[in-house]
Amino acid sequence: MKFARVIGTLVSTRKVEGLGGIKFLLVQPLNEQREPDGEPYIAADATAQAGYGELVFVVASREAALAMPHSFVPVDAAIVGIVDDAYTEG
Amino acid sequence: MQLARVVGTVVATQKSQRLDGLKLLILQPMGLDGKVGSSYVVAADAVGAGPGEVVLYATGSSARQTEATKDRPADAVIMAIVDTVEINDTVLYEKADEA
Amino acid sequence: MYIGRVIGHVVATIKHPFFEGRKLLIVQKLNLNGTPSKTYDIAVDDVQAGIGDKVLIVDEGSGARQILHGGTTAPVRAVVAGIIDDVEITA
Repeated sequence: MKFARVIGTLVSTRKVEGLGGIKFLLVQPLNEQREPDGEPYIAADATAQAGYGELVFVVASREAALAMPHSFVPVDAAIVGIVDDAYTEG
Repeated sequence: MQLARVVGTVVATQKSQRLDGLKLLILQPMGLDGKVGSSYVVAADAVGAGPGEVVLYATGSSARQTEATKDRPADAVIMAIVDTVEINDTVLYEKADEA
Repeated sequence: MYIGRVIGHVVATIKHPFFEGRKLLIVQKLNLNGTPSKTYDIAVDDVQAGIGDKVLIVDEGSGARQILHGGTTAPVRAVVAGIIDDVEITA
Protein backbone atom coordinates (compact mmCIF):
# COMPACT_ATOMS: atom_id res chain seq x y z
CA MET A 1 0.00 0.00 0.00
CA LYS A 2 1.11 3.56 -0.58
CA PHE A 3 0.38 6.97 0.83
CA ALA A 4 -1.68 9.45 -1.18
CA ARG A 5 -3.35 12.81 -0.69
CA VAL A 6 -6.96 13.37 -1.83
CA ILE A 7 -6.88 16.30 -4.25
CA GLY A 8 -10.19 16.06 -6.08
CA THR A 9 -13.43 14.28 -6.85
CA LEU A 10 -14.92 12.63 -9.89
CA VAL A 11 -18.59 12.16 -10.74
CA SER A 12 -19.85 9.50 -13.13
CA THR A 13 -23.44 8.44 -13.66
CA ARG A 14 -22.66 5.78 -16.24
CA LYS A 15 -20.37 3.08 -14.90
CA VAL A 16 -20.13 -0.69 -14.78
CA GLU A 17 -22.44 -2.71 -12.56
CA GLY A 18 -21.36 -3.10 -8.95
CA LEU A 19 -19.96 0.41 -8.61
CA GLY A 20 -23.22 2.18 -7.71
CA GLY A 21 -22.76 4.49 -4.74
CA ILE A 22 -18.97 4.21 -4.85
CA LYS A 23 -17.04 7.47 -4.51
CA PHE A 24 -14.12 8.09 -6.87
CA LEU A 25 -11.39 10.46 -5.75
CA LEU A 26 -8.44 12.01 -7.50
CA VAL A 27 -5.30 11.36 -5.47
CA GLN A 28 -1.69 12.52 -5.55
CA PRO A 29 0.73 9.66 -4.78
CA LEU A 30 3.26 10.39 -2.01
CA ASN A 31 6.62 8.95 -1.01
CA GLU A 32 7.38 7.52 2.43
CA GLN A 33 7.98 11.04 3.76
CA ARG A 34 4.51 12.00 2.48
CA GLU A 35 5.90 14.24 -0.28
CA PRO A 36 4.32 14.25 -3.78
CA ASP A 37 5.88 11.59 -5.98
CA GLY A 38 4.42 10.61 -9.35
CA GLU A 39 1.36 11.43 -11.40
CA PRO A 40 -2.12 11.76 -9.84
CA TYR A 41 -4.62 8.96 -10.48
CA ILE A 42 -8.17 7.99 -9.54
CA ALA A 43 -8.92 5.68 -6.61
CA ALA A 44 -12.22 4.20 -5.44
CA ASP A 45 -12.93 5.07 -1.81
CA ALA A 46 -13.44 1.78 0.06
CA THR A 47 -13.73 3.66 3.38
CA ALA A 48 -16.57 5.80 1.97
CA GLN A 49 -15.32 8.51 4.33
CA ALA A 50 -12.25 10.06 2.75
CA GLY A 51 -12.42 13.74 1.90
CA TYR A 52 -10.52 16.54 0.23
CA GLY A 53 -7.03 17.12 1.59
CA GLU A 54 -6.89 13.93 3.63
CA LEU A 55 -3.85 11.67 3.89
CA VAL A 56 -4.90 8.13 2.99
CA PHE A 57 -3.37 4.80 2.05
CA VAL A 58 -4.23 3.00 -1.14
CA VAL A 59 -4.02 -0.64 -2.17
CA ALA A 60 -3.33 -1.20 -5.88
CA SER A 61 -3.92 -3.88 -8.51
CA ARG A 62 -6.40 -6.78 -8.26
CA GLU A 63 -6.38 -6.52 -4.45
CA ALA A 64 -8.11 -3.15 -4.75
CA ALA A 65 -11.29 -4.80 -6.03
CA LEU A 66 -11.36 -7.02 -2.94
CA ALA A 67 -11.74 -3.93 -0.76
CA MET A 68 -14.99 -2.92 -2.45
CA PRO A 69 -18.52 -3.91 -1.28
CA HIS A 70 -18.94 -5.93 -4.50
CA SER A 71 -15.57 -7.47 -5.31
CA PHE A 72 -16.31 -8.34 -8.96
CA VAL A 73 -15.54 -4.81 -10.14
CA PRO A 74 -12.77 -3.44 -12.37
CA VAL A 75 -11.11 -1.38 -9.63
CA ASP A 76 -7.28 -1.21 -9.67
CA ALA A 77 -6.75 1.31 -6.82
CA ALA A 78 -8.77 1.60 -3.61
CA ILE A 79 -8.46 3.85 -0.56
CA VAL A 80 -8.49 1.43 2.39
CA GLY A 81 -7.59 3.73 5.27
CA ILE A 82 -7.45 7.34 6.44
CA VAL A 83 -4.18 8.13 8.23
CA ASP A 84 -4.46 9.64 11.72
CA ASP A 85 -0.77 9.55 12.39
CA ALA A 86 2.33 8.33 10.57
CA TYR A 87 5.84 8.20 11.91
CA THR A 88 8.92 7.83 9.73
CA GLU A 89 12.47 8.00 10.96
CA GLY A 90 14.99 10.10 9.03
CA MET B 1 -7.60 4.17 -12.49
CA GLN B 2 -6.74 6.85 -15.01
CA LEU B 3 -8.64 9.56 -16.85
CA ALA B 4 -8.54 9.43 -20.63
CA ARG B 5 -10.28 10.74 -23.71
CA VAL B 6 -11.69 8.35 -26.30
CA VAL B 7 -9.98 9.23 -29.58
CA GLY B 8 -10.70 6.25 -31.79
CA THR B 9 -11.93 2.74 -32.46
CA VAL B 10 -10.08 -0.43 -33.39
CA VAL B 11 -11.65 -2.81 -35.89
CA ALA B 12 -10.04 -6.23 -36.39
CA THR B 13 -11.78 -8.96 -38.33
CA GLN B 14 -9.06 -11.52 -37.88
CA LYS B 15 -8.32 -11.76 -34.20
CA SER B 16 -8.06 -14.17 -31.31
CA GLN B 17 -11.41 -15.87 -30.72
CA ARG B 18 -11.08 -14.85 -27.11
CA LEU B 19 -11.51 -11.22 -28.23
CA ASP B 20 -14.74 -11.83 -30.18
CA GLY B 21 -17.49 -9.37 -29.33
CA LEU B 22 -15.28 -6.98 -27.39
CA LYS B 23 -15.51 -3.34 -28.40
CA LEU B 24 -12.00 -1.90 -28.51
CA LEU B 25 -11.41 1.84 -28.21
CA ILE B 26 -8.28 3.96 -28.40
CA LEU B 27 -7.74 6.17 -25.36
CA GLN B 28 -5.31 8.96 -24.64
CA PRO B 29 -4.55 9.44 -20.94
CA MET B 30 -5.49 12.93 -19.73
CA GLY B 31 -3.44 15.06 -17.36
CA LEU B 32 -4.66 17.42 -14.65
CA ASP B 33 -4.51 20.29 -17.12
CA GLY B 34 -7.22 18.51 -19.12
CA LYS B 35 -4.84 17.89 -22.00
CA VAL B 36 -3.84 14.58 -23.52
CA GLY B 37 -0.24 13.64 -24.19
CA SER B 38 1.16 11.50 -26.98
CA SER B 39 0.73 8.13 -25.26
CA TYR B 40 -2.29 5.92 -25.87
CA VAL B 41 -3.84 2.65 -24.79
CA VAL B 42 -6.29 0.24 -26.45
CA ALA B 43 -9.03 -0.62 -23.96
CA ALA B 44 -12.10 -2.86 -23.97
CA ASP B 45 -15.32 -0.95 -23.43
CA ALA B 46 -17.67 -2.11 -20.66
CA VAL B 47 -19.95 0.94 -20.53
CA GLY B 48 -20.79 2.00 -24.11
CA ALA B 49 -18.39 4.94 -24.41
CA GLY B 50 -18.10 6.96 -27.60
CA PRO B 51 -15.55 9.14 -29.40
CA GLY B 52 -14.67 12.38 -27.59
CA GLU B 53 -15.92 11.24 -24.22
CA VAL B 54 -13.76 11.43 -21.10
CA VAL B 55 -13.67 8.07 -19.37
CA LEU B 56 -12.16 6.23 -16.44
CA TYR B 57 -10.21 3.07 -17.21
CA ALA B 58 -8.64 0.36 -15.08
CA THR B 59 -5.63 -1.78 -15.95
CA GLY B 60 -4.08 -5.11 -15.03
CA SER B 61 -6.07 -8.15 -13.94
CA SER B 62 -8.71 -5.79 -12.49
CA ALA B 63 -9.61 -5.07 -16.12
CA ARG B 64 -11.09 -8.56 -16.42
CA GLN B 65 -13.55 -7.93 -13.60
CA THR B 66 -16.55 -6.92 -15.75
CA GLU B 67 -19.21 -9.01 -17.48
CA ALA B 68 -17.81 -7.86 -20.84
CA THR B 69 -14.19 -8.78 -20.09
CA LYS B 70 -14.50 -11.73 -17.69
CA ASP B 71 -12.01 -14.48 -18.66
CA ARG B 72 -10.98 -12.42 -21.69
CA PRO B 73 -7.45 -11.41 -22.62
CA ALA B 74 -8.05 -7.74 -21.81
CA ASP B 75 -5.58 -5.66 -19.80
CA ALA B 76 -7.42 -2.33 -19.86
CA VAL B 77 -11.15 -1.65 -19.53
CA ILE B 78 -13.29 1.47 -19.67
CA MET B 79 -15.38 1.24 -16.51
CA ALA B 80 -17.04 4.68 -16.26
CA ILE B 81 -17.97 7.66 -18.38
CA VAL B 82 -16.94 10.82 -16.55
CA ASP B 83 -19.42 13.65 -15.91
CA THR B 84 -17.32 15.95 -13.75
CA VAL B 85 -13.81 16.15 -12.31
CA GLU B 86 -13.15 18.73 -9.60
CA ILE B 87 -9.91 19.69 -7.90
CA ASN B 88 -10.60 21.62 -4.72
CA ASP B 89 -13.45 23.83 -5.94
CA THR B 90 -12.11 24.18 -9.45
CA VAL B 91 -13.80 22.22 -12.21
CA LEU B 92 -11.17 20.44 -14.29
CA TYR B 93 -13.66 18.83 -16.63
CA GLU B 94 -17.43 19.01 -17.07
CA LYS B 95 -19.12 16.90 -19.69
CA ALA B 96 -22.05 19.31 -20.12
CA ASP B 97 -19.63 22.09 -21.14
CA GLU B 98 -18.60 20.10 -24.18
CA ALA B 99 -22.05 19.05 -25.42
CA MET C 1 9.73 -11.25 -2.08
CA TYR C 2 12.24 -8.60 -1.28
CA ILE C 3 14.33 -7.30 1.60
CA GLY C 4 13.35 -4.09 3.32
CA ARG C 5 13.98 -2.01 6.38
CA VAL C 6 11.21 -0.87 8.71
CA ILE C 7 11.36 2.92 8.85
CA GLY C 8 8.02 3.82 10.38
CA HIS C 9 4.43 2.98 11.13
CA VAL C 10 0.93 4.18 10.29
CA VAL C 11 -2.04 4.69 12.61
CA ALA C 12 -5.53 4.78 11.12
CA THR C 13 -8.90 4.71 12.86
CA ILE C 14 -11.00 4.64 9.72
CA LYS C 15 -9.89 1.68 7.63
CA HIS C 16 -11.10 -1.44 5.89
CA PRO C 17 -12.29 -3.96 8.53
CA PHE C 18 -9.55 -6.41 7.50
CA PHE C 19 -6.91 -4.07 8.96
CA GLU C 20 -8.65 -3.90 12.34
CA GLY C 21 -6.12 -4.83 15.04
CA ARG C 22 -3.26 -5.22 12.56
CA LYS C 23 -0.05 -3.22 12.65
CA LEU C 24 0.92 -1.29 9.51
CA LEU C 25 4.62 -0.67 8.94
CA ILE C 26 6.38 1.61 6.46
CA VAL C 27 9.11 -0.41 4.80
CA GLN C 28 11.89 0.88 2.57
CA LYS C 29 13.05 -1.59 -0.06
CA LEU C 30 16.79 -2.29 0.15
CA ASN C 31 19.25 -2.77 -2.69
CA LEU C 32 21.39 -5.90 -2.77
CA ASN C 33 24.27 -4.02 -1.10
CA GLY C 34 21.98 -3.04 1.77
CA THR C 35 21.50 0.60 0.80
CA PRO C 36 17.95 1.99 0.76
CA SER C 37 16.23 2.16 -2.63
CA LYS C 38 13.62 4.78 -3.56
CA THR C 39 10.75 2.33 -3.25
CA TYR C 40 8.64 1.85 -0.15
CA ASP C 41 5.49 0.05 0.84
CA ILE C 42 2.99 0.10 3.67
CA ALA C 43 2.89 -3.54 4.78
CA VAL C 44 0.90 -5.53 7.33
CA ASP C 45 3.12 -6.88 10.12
CA ASP C 46 2.92 -10.61 10.88
CA VAL C 47 6.12 -11.01 12.91
CA GLN C 48 6.20 -8.16 15.48
CA ALA C 49 8.89 -6.28 13.57
CA GLY C 50 10.07 -2.91 14.85
CA ILE C 51 11.68 0.22 13.47
CA GLY C 52 15.19 -0.46 12.17
CA ASP C 53 14.59 -4.18 11.59
CA LYS C 54 15.66 -5.74 8.31
CA VAL C 55 12.67 -7.71 7.08
CA LEU C 56 11.41 -10.05 4.37
CA ILE C 57 8.43 -8.69 2.44
CA VAL C 58 5.95 -10.79 0.48
CA ASP C 59 4.42 -8.50 -2.14
CA GLU C 60 1.74 -10.58 -3.82
CA GLY C 61 -1.91 -10.92 -2.92
CA SER C 62 -2.56 -14.64 -2.57
CA GLY C 63 0.69 -15.26 -0.70
CA ALA C 64 -0.13 -12.37 1.62
CA ARG C 65 -3.63 -13.73 2.26
CA GLN C 66 -2.20 -17.16 3.12
CA ILE C 67 0.14 -15.65 5.70
CA LEU C 68 -2.53 -13.45 7.25
CA HIS C 69 -5.35 -16.02 7.04
CA GLY C 70 -7.26 -13.54 4.94
CA GLY C 71 -9.36 -16.08 3.06
CA THR C 72 -9.88 -15.11 -0.56
CA THR C 73 -11.21 -11.64 0.08
CA ALA C 74 -8.66 -9.65 2.09
CA PRO C 75 -7.53 -6.52 0.20
CA VAL C 76 -3.86 -7.01 1.05
CA ARG C 77 -0.66 -7.41 -0.99
CA ALA C 78 2.35 -6.54 1.16
CA VAL C 79 3.18 -8.42 4.36
CA VAL C 80 6.19 -8.32 6.66
CA ALA C 81 6.75 -12.08 6.73
CA GLY C 82 10.06 -12.39 8.55
CA ILE C 83 12.78 -10.57 10.48
CA ILE C 84 16.10 -11.15 8.76
CA ASP C 85 19.09 -12.12 10.88
CA ASP C 86 21.62 -12.30 8.14
CA VAL C 87 21.93 -12.13 4.36
CA GLU C 88 24.92 -13.68 2.67
CA ILE C 89 25.76 -12.75 -0.91
CA THR C 90 28.05 -15.37 -2.33
CA ALA C 91 28.47 -14.43 -5.97
